[in-house]
Amino acid sequence: MKHLDRDIDAGAAPPANKALLTVAAVLLAAPVVALLWVGSYARVEPTLAGFPFFIWYQFVWVFLCAACTGGAYRLVLIARPHRPMSTRGEKRGEAGR
Amino acid sequence: MKTGVNYTALAVLIVLFLLATVMGFWAANWRRKGKLESLDEWGLGGRSFGTWVTWFLLGGDLYTAYTFVAVPAAMFALGSVSGFFALPYTIILYPIIFVYMARLWSVSYRHGYITGADFVRGRHGSRVLSLAIAVTGILATMPYIALQLVGMQAVLEVVGLGGSASVLAKDLPLFIAFALLAGYTYSAGLRAPAFIAFIKDGLIYLVIIVAIIYLPSKVGGWAHIFAAAHAKMTSLNAAGKPVGAFIPPSQAYWAYATLALGSALALFMYPHSITATLSSRSRNTIRRNATILPAYSFVLGLLALLGWVAIAAGTKPIGLDGLPNAELVIPQLFEDSFPAWFAGVAFAAVAIGALVPAAIMSIAASNTFTRNVYREWIRADPTPAEEAYVSKIVALLVAASALVFVLTLDKQNAINFQLLGGIWILQTFPAIVFGLYTRWFHRWGLLAGWAGGMLYGTIAAYNVINPATGHHFAGSISLIPVIGQMGYIALTAFAINALVAAVATPILDAAGAPRGHDETSTEDYFADEGDPRVEKPLGAIAAVRH
Repeated sequence: MKHLDRDIDAGAAPPANKALLTVAAVLLAAPVVALLWVGSYARVEPTLAGFPFFIWYQFVWVFLCAACTGGAYRLVLIARPHRPMSTRGEKRGEAGR
Repeated sequence: MKTGVNYTALAVLIVLFLLATVMGFWAANWRRKGKLESLDEWGLGGRSFGTWVTWFLLGGDLYTAYTFVAVPAAMFALGSVSGFFALPYTIILYPIIFVYMARLWSVSYRHGYITGADFVRGRHGSRVLSLAIAVTGILATMPYIALQLVGMQAVLEVVGLGGSASVLAKDLPLFIAFALLAGYTYSAGLRAPAFIAFIKDGLIYLVIIVAIIYLPSKVGGWAHIFAAAHAKMTSLNAAGKPVGAFIPPSQAYWAYATLALGSALALFMYPHSITATLSSRSRNTIRRNATILPAYSFVLGLLALLGWVAIAAGTKPIGLDGLPNAELVIPQLFEDSFPAWFAGVAFAAVAIGALVPAAIMSIAASNTFTRNVYREWIRADPTPAEEAYVSKIVALLVAASALVFVLTLDKQNAINFQLLGGIWILQTFPAIVFGLYTRWFHRWGLLAGWAGGMLYGTIAAYNVINPATGHHFAGSISLIPVIGQMGYIALTAFAINALVAAVATPILDAAGAPRGHDETSTEDYFADEGDPRVEKPLGAIAAVRH
């Protein structure tokens, strides 16, 4: 049956660098684990400029988390570069036969 | 509190509010290429928003007026477990959505999906499951819109409006605000809140930064603020228990963590979050935004602390009815501490802050109705213009019913429903997000899981009773079965949901229950701007192909 302009390798994800994706996953998981582990930071000392540890520690994670997510973004772009769909479909379509 | 109308603040409020309104109407022509008469244009702004517009739009959408009123109020009244979890919640939110929202964008771009229920329909091939997801979304959104009005009401009340004995005069300002909102939502669609979000977010940043620099020194410095908060939270209430938590005690760790995680998983299941995500131009817009949206979380954290600043400042949030009302604490703090004109700016930030999410929520709810109820169950194959028309009318109805909700029912009902809405919306997560990765789950298994989660969540929330008043729906945490700790009901219901779906799937398969047709294919989940879109006839051919 004709595949009607659809990619011959439909059903396949674009190739990816699994190692880089794993590093990205670790970067994304780190803030979640750190902040859900409430016991690690639910205390007053050490205070910083009058702020209890509980408060300033979580504010610090705003920046750490943005850095982690930003890093993960870079890695994901490198790990799985975008493959345009249309050109791929035509080329593979001919090569496949 | 000061009595009477604060005319200076009111004048500033009105001027800024009118500016936002003009911008809203003008937005209809903003960056428009085609006609407004399709859901892609009216309901998704032409899927054209780049990184910065999306940043403002999502910031304006997620950090709502009600959040700005309720989070500091919870800090003021009950302390960190009830209030400060909003900070970890809005931090871990972004790595979490980073993972799956780009996939949802890609498959929606390929197949022209406008709502989460559209995707569920296409992926699982189940009209009933799609309807369940759509109805859940609409039910969860309605009280959320109503609460935006509650946020606006809090500001109007502190300004001195709404105390009149006459019912009409009392609610007139809210009527006017809502008529304007409905007007530009109708005429400009999603472009209106996207454009107003610039002024809303600008004002919010300005006000919070000024407040956080100016107020602490005025009330005696941060050390004094934390001492005052500590003193209040550890003092005993009438029942002989501490008023609240200064820092979560060990028995509240689970509550704090599950509130943060459950809320983070739930937020992007709301139709208004999905609408704002899908309106972006490319697959990676949402991911870039995940790295810059935490700026709003930082502001939200500061705002939460203002609840404790108010404790040190001795703010007395008393409503025009003479009863204490913690939700007035931030507007009251601003009125007490700022010159009248700047209080007006702050009030405008909250009032305009209510308009942006209320508009996006009405649009999202009406898109969901049009696509997943009207087109699916009432009238098949409407033209794009007809879809847009139905959506516009429904948006008006949604906004009007939210107004009726707030004016006729006790405000507590809106808060209860919003609490339930948060629990309910998380029950759409398996069908949508699990569905983005796997077809392992049987469509009826997902439906059974959804029903189980909804049922458990509703009953568990009903059974939370305020010991002082005897009212139901007194909170969103209850005992987690098996684990034996207090935790967020939504997350427990979600676990039950996933478990039921996982157990039901092999049983349904063994019984030979038919699987639905999946119109998507793996590569769709990686599509980006510029890739060809699946045309409808192609979808029909794909059905033959499989």
